[in-house]
Amino acid sequence: MEISGGSRLDPYVDRYAERTHGMTTSEIRALFAVANRPEIISMGGGSPFVSALPLDAIGEMTAKLVAERGAQALQYMGGQGDPRLRELICGVMALEGISASPDDVVVTVGSQQALDVVSRIFLDPGDVVIAEAPSYVGALGTFTQYQADVVHVQMDDAGLVPDALREAIAQVAASGRRAKFLYTVPNYHNPAGITLVEERRDEIIAICAEADLLILEDNPYGLLGFDGPPLPALRARVTEGVIYLGSFSKTFASGVRVGWAVAPPGVKEKLVMASEATTLCPVALSQYVVAEFLAHHPWQEQVKVYRELYRARRDACLDALAASFPTGSSWTQPAGGFYVWVTLPEGVDAKAMLPRAIQGRVAYVPGTGFYADGQGRRNLRLSYSLPAPDRVREGVRRLAAVLDEELDIVSTFGAGALEA
Amino acid sequence: MSDLGHVLVLAGGVSFEREVSLASGRRVSEALRNLGVDVELVDVDAHLLPRLVNDPPSAVFVAVHGVEGEDGALRDALDLSGVPYVGATGAAARLAFDKAVAKAVVSRAGISTPASVALQHAAFRDLGGPVLLDRVVGRLGLPLVVKPVRGGSALGVSVVRESSELPQAMVGCYSYDSVALLEQHVTGTELAVSVVDTGDGPVALPAVEIEPVSGAFDYAARYTAGMTEYHVPARLDSGVAAAVADIAVTAHRALGLRDLSRTDVIVTADGAIEYLETNVSPGMTATSLLPLAAAAADIDLGALCRDLLQHAATRGMSTPGAPA
Repeated sequence: MEISGGSRLDPYVDRYAERTHGMTTSEIRALFAVANRPEIISMGGGSPFVSALPLDAIGEMTAKLVAERGAQALQYMGGQGDPRLRELICGVMALEGISASPDDVVVTVGSQQALDVVSRIFLDPGDVVIAEAPSYVGALGTFTQYQADVVHVQMDDAGLVPDALREAIAQVAASGRRAKFLYTVPNYHNPAGITLVEERRDEIIAICAEADLLILEDNPYGLLGFDGPPLPALRARVTEGVIYLGSFSKTFASGVRVGWAVAPPGVKEKLVMASEATTLCPVALSQYVVAEFLAHHPWQEQVKVYRELYRARRDACLDALAASFPTGSSWTQPAGGFYVWVTLPEGVDAKAMLPRAIQGRVAYVPGTGFYADGQGRRNLRLSYSLPAPDRVREGVRRLAAVLDEELDIVSTFGAGALEA
Repeated sequence: MSDLGHVLVLAGGVSFEREVSLASGRRVSEALRNLGVDVELVDVDAHLLPRLVNDPPSAVFVAVHGVEGEDGALRDALDLSGVPYVGATGAAARLAFDKAVAKAVVSRAGISTPASVALQHAAFRDLGGPVLLDRVVGRLGLPLVVKPVRGGSALGVSVVRESSELPQAMVGCYSYDSVALLEQHVTGTELAVSVVDTGDGPVALPAVEIEPVSGAFDYAARYTAGMTEYHVPARLDSGVAAAVADIAVTAHRALGLRDLSRTDVIVTADGAIEYLETNVSPGMTATSLLPLAAAAADIDLGALCRDLLQHAATRGMSTPGAPA
């Protein structure tokens, strides 16, 4: 087989849609492939500690489900999702102050699919999405696939900064474009670990209402707070102007891939149609499993178990950071969820340091992935959800040693190496 | 079924090229299985050595890339376990995997290679980073290629066109390896020449010409189909093609390699052939260069791998730690 005319080894290369042009493999993907090895303490992925689930009981429950109702559980169903599950989801949301009807709920294949269908029905190429700085990498990836431009808005320790939001909206308007929605993770933010304080919630809603800006509230971690009951969600305060996304990935199991969206009626209808076009219906068996778990197991006790597990891991992570990280570093103090957002000393590039970290047998996610505009080079996300507390401590200790080596290299070539 | 017996393809490991290696391993395994070879794909971890002792295969195909597969340690471990394997001995792999050492060895065999210097981080720290970088630029000029002295798939490699870009390139490189090779950047036609030896001596396969769409043959360009244009055989006149083949075979011999290798060279605009490096565990993925070259020579990949395994099995185990 000669390739005398030249070949790019992909005969379809000239036929792909424009939106696929950024879909390339990367060094970071290569490094993450190693991070899954057991020798490496991975503080990269946001995986729940599903080993804490009553796996035997769930196994028995699932077997019984298939034996007794397999004809339904293994069949197609309506695109909006199982009515019984939608009713139970309303009960889950009530814990965060949300009043919704099962008719308002669209079940999706994880909230990632909800992000996709919301983007599909709202975003044209060149549209603007306003998002926190930093923002969830999976959402940024979806917005990018729909060729939207992301404008980031500053956060501080109290969450999204209202004045910065006003400014961003004005700047987008001044550029002759209109932002389609604000994407926000108000509780135990991914990746920042920050929570939007109560005092700002109504203000953020008011700013968006005034600008006629839809809010896309993504809340997978809301029930995983360590310091008391959750703050009422944005959707708990208003029913119009907010599309709310929920998920069982963090409070039950990520592998079932069950999430949901709650939207005003007109939006909901379009979400259902968009969802049917991608999956016909959400996974019936998964929905039945989740519904059974919610209906017949002490699922709120399970959430408490998770909360205590993650609190111990968060404490281990913060203690180890305080004990071992060098001067010039700083990090957030999450009151729930899975993540600590670390700022490294000046001159250190978290992405450039990742190979050294992998060799030091620890992994994290570099900060640049959480921005659409190249920010975040001095940042990294640590996820403490999966490793046991002693492994979390060891992982942070390893990372501190890696950071010391990196600082030595950076100082050799001048602190300006990063800015060069 | 083949009469080769049970063979293992080793892939994965904890190197940065794990993903590439797994893809190589799957491809080799599938090609062998299609010929009826009793083959098993095995990751490189703590279970491997007990496995080799308890259930020794007739031969092993090493499809592990990067430090773990090419720095010699795995091959020494196979020798210590008495298992025959395809490819260079540990000592020869160690020699070839260090780009600075390989360039010196190949240069002594009369092959031209771009001027370069290999420096540990400690040298910069002790002698002063900016001052030493100035000396490097003063001597080698710009542009320069900065690359980890041990590594593959262009990981940690930067082309530096301005002095101001050097510090960042050095920091990125040292994250992969403790020694950096700073090499004059040579431009021209990029070629990869695979060499195989199934028992009758090393033979060069047709050269593969590499034309990255973006201009840089980086990690993405290597492993994303569509990002690089390949010409096989390379668009060379017969004299240059023969010279390139000769260089690849000479490098293979000078480095004491066996069975297979892939040598990367550049033919400059004035026709000079510059040696860059030799890979002792060439990629075998769908976008890798050795399989492209084999296909151009009408050699079935599975048959080639089977013959290499047969050759290794016949050769038997090597003496652990034997010199290259």
